[in-house]
Amino acid sequence: MEKKHIPYIILGLLAVAFPFLVTSDYYLHLVIITLMWVVIGSAWNLLAGYTGQVSFGHAMFFGIGAYTAGIFVTKLEISAWWGMAFGGIVAMLIGLFVGWVCFRLRGPYFALATLAGGEIFRLIATNWESLTDGMVGILTIQTFRSKLPYYYMALALAFMCIVVIHLIMKSKWGYYFVSIREDQDAAESLGINTTLYKNISLLVSSFFTGMAGAFYMNYMGFIDPHVVFSLHYISIMAILVGIVGGVATIMGPAVGAFIMVGLQETFRSAFFGLAPSWTSEAHALVFGLLVIFVILFLPNGVVGDWLKIKRNVFRVRASSERY
Amino acid sequence: MALLEVKNLTKMFGGLRAVGNVTFHVNEGEIVGLIGPNGSGKTTIFNCINQYYTLTSGDIFFEGKSLKGLKTHVICHMGIGRTFQVVKPLSRMTVLDNVTASAFCRVGSIKEAQGEALRILEFSDLMDQKDKLAKSLPIGKRKRLEIARALATKPKLILLDETAAGLTPSELDAAIELIKKMRDSGITVLIVEHIMKVIMSISDRIHAINFGQTIAEGTPHEVANNPAVIEAYLGEAYAQC
Ligand SMILES: Nc1ncnc2c1ncn2[C@@H]1O[C@H](COP(=O)(O)OP(=O)(O)O)[C@@H](O)[C@H]1O
Ligand SMILES: [Mg+2]
Repeated sequence: MEKKHIPYIILGLLAVAFPFLVTSDYYLHLVIITLMWVVIGSAWNLLAGYTGQVSFGHAMFFGIGAYTAGIFVTKLEISAWWGMAFGGIVAMLIGLFVGWVCFRLRGPYFALATLAGGEIFRLIATNWESLTDGMVGILTIQTFRSKLPYYYMALALAFMCIVVIHLIMKSKWGYYFVSIREDQDAAESLGINTTLYKNISLLVSSFFTGMAGAFYMNYMGFIDPHVVFSLHYISIMAILVGIVGGVATIMGPAVGAFIMVGLQETFRSAFFGLAPSWTSEAHALVFGLLVIFVILFLPNGVVGDWLKIKRNVFRVRASSERY
Repeated sequence: MALLEVKNLTKMFGGLRAVGNVTFHVNEGEIVGLIGPNGSGKTTIFNCINQYYTLTSGDIFFEGKSLKGLKTHVICHMGIGRTFQVVKPLSRMTVLDNVTASAFCRVGSIKEAQGEALRILEFSDLMDQKDKLAKSLPIGKRKRLEIARALATKPKLILLDETAAGLTPSELDAAIELIKKMRDSGITVLIVEHIMKVIMSISDRIHAINFGQTIAEGTPHEVANNPAVIEAYLGEAYAQC
């Protein structure tokens, strides 16, 4: 065991012990949602941060995962837990189709197509009532009444997602993804099948996002098209988690998830009831300002610019000691 | 059979004939120079060989197989490496990672790829730069990185597009040495170069074009004394001196 592993081991132990340290269901719920966002953010980051293919429509994969799990229960009467595995797989199949259509073209087409794709699936889920119950949404009975099993499931999912992406980035695939991001023509001339590897990145990304969606269905027991296919709450949030935490870093999306879910909850609850209720309406504005701040001062996110943050914080401290 | 055969190659950009009916070949083990004034179609020929552009007409054969319609990455796997005149470093990757990514063309494991990359960095004298980001290199080193990356794909034929342009005199000598070393290690070279010192001293044969058409071919001595070449190309170069 090396010294650099120690913080991770402590973090891991804390994560496992968390439900026993903090017994409040409310905070446990927040952390479960955060862990789900770690998965979505990491998946988005693999595709956008490492491979350079920016998606504005990850709600598409999230929603498809959620609906796959939901439809398994309501229509097929198969346990929603099977839906977890299949949610990822069905999202991956949709990813395959999206990649097949979009990756022949270069430039902003992919970003635009994913944006459109998310909206198209929201409309399908709204209007195909015989399958999805439309606007009514899908309501299922949760398997567990305690939050504990869900917590460990979310933790396992987040852990698995980060480890898999870490291993990918240390392999040939990782080198190829980053090469494609840096210069597609150079990559192609170095023997990299850029279309194939962009698709591989998209498949892995859509798989994990679909899993997260299916988990959400299982955990919340309720979904409707406006929640799980939401441009605002899912697609944009995925981007925010990525860029606030730090794109193209392994731990960035994890840090970003904690910051963003924390911020979102602070505003949703109007500063935990301390501030007037209109502040809960202000969160879109604050998120916008946050993005501007991050792009201007921390273009590599909290994790990517950690040294810079540390330097500035220490400089402030050093100078305050002097005076 | 020649290693590379370019037959009646024509490339049009709309109404502009960038390359018109050019035919030449490169034998295994040779260094062949491709010269011509700016805008005469040299880079376009390279882009046609590795199928970055689709050919308008004519054909290109490598080891007897037509390259027409193949994907650029397939051509690399067949054994043709190339550098870009306007360098395309993988900017936010280290020099070692740039070359490692290329080495994956022939090997599967990270260990092998990195080992191969280190060997190539040693060969191309970039070892001391290995941990720097590619974007932080000065232009001379970037050109060298282009070559190193192409070498890491283990090519049988390498296409060098003005890799000596912008180098200092000492870098220039090193570049000539590197190209000779490549040939000695069994790699065939097709080189585009403006700098006469380089092209005349290393080429076995030279193919000269102007306005996308062949104007002369032969040994460096023959081509340098060809009146059409002197007028089209050397005239311009001498005028600059
Ligand atoms: N992608 C392109 N689209 C349109 N015209 C091009 C393109 N690439 C090259 N050309 C034109 O083709 C001609 C040959 O260019 P190029 O092959 O770059 O010349 P060289 O490498 O010999 O300097 C020039 O007139 C150039 O403007
Ligand atoms: Mg050129």
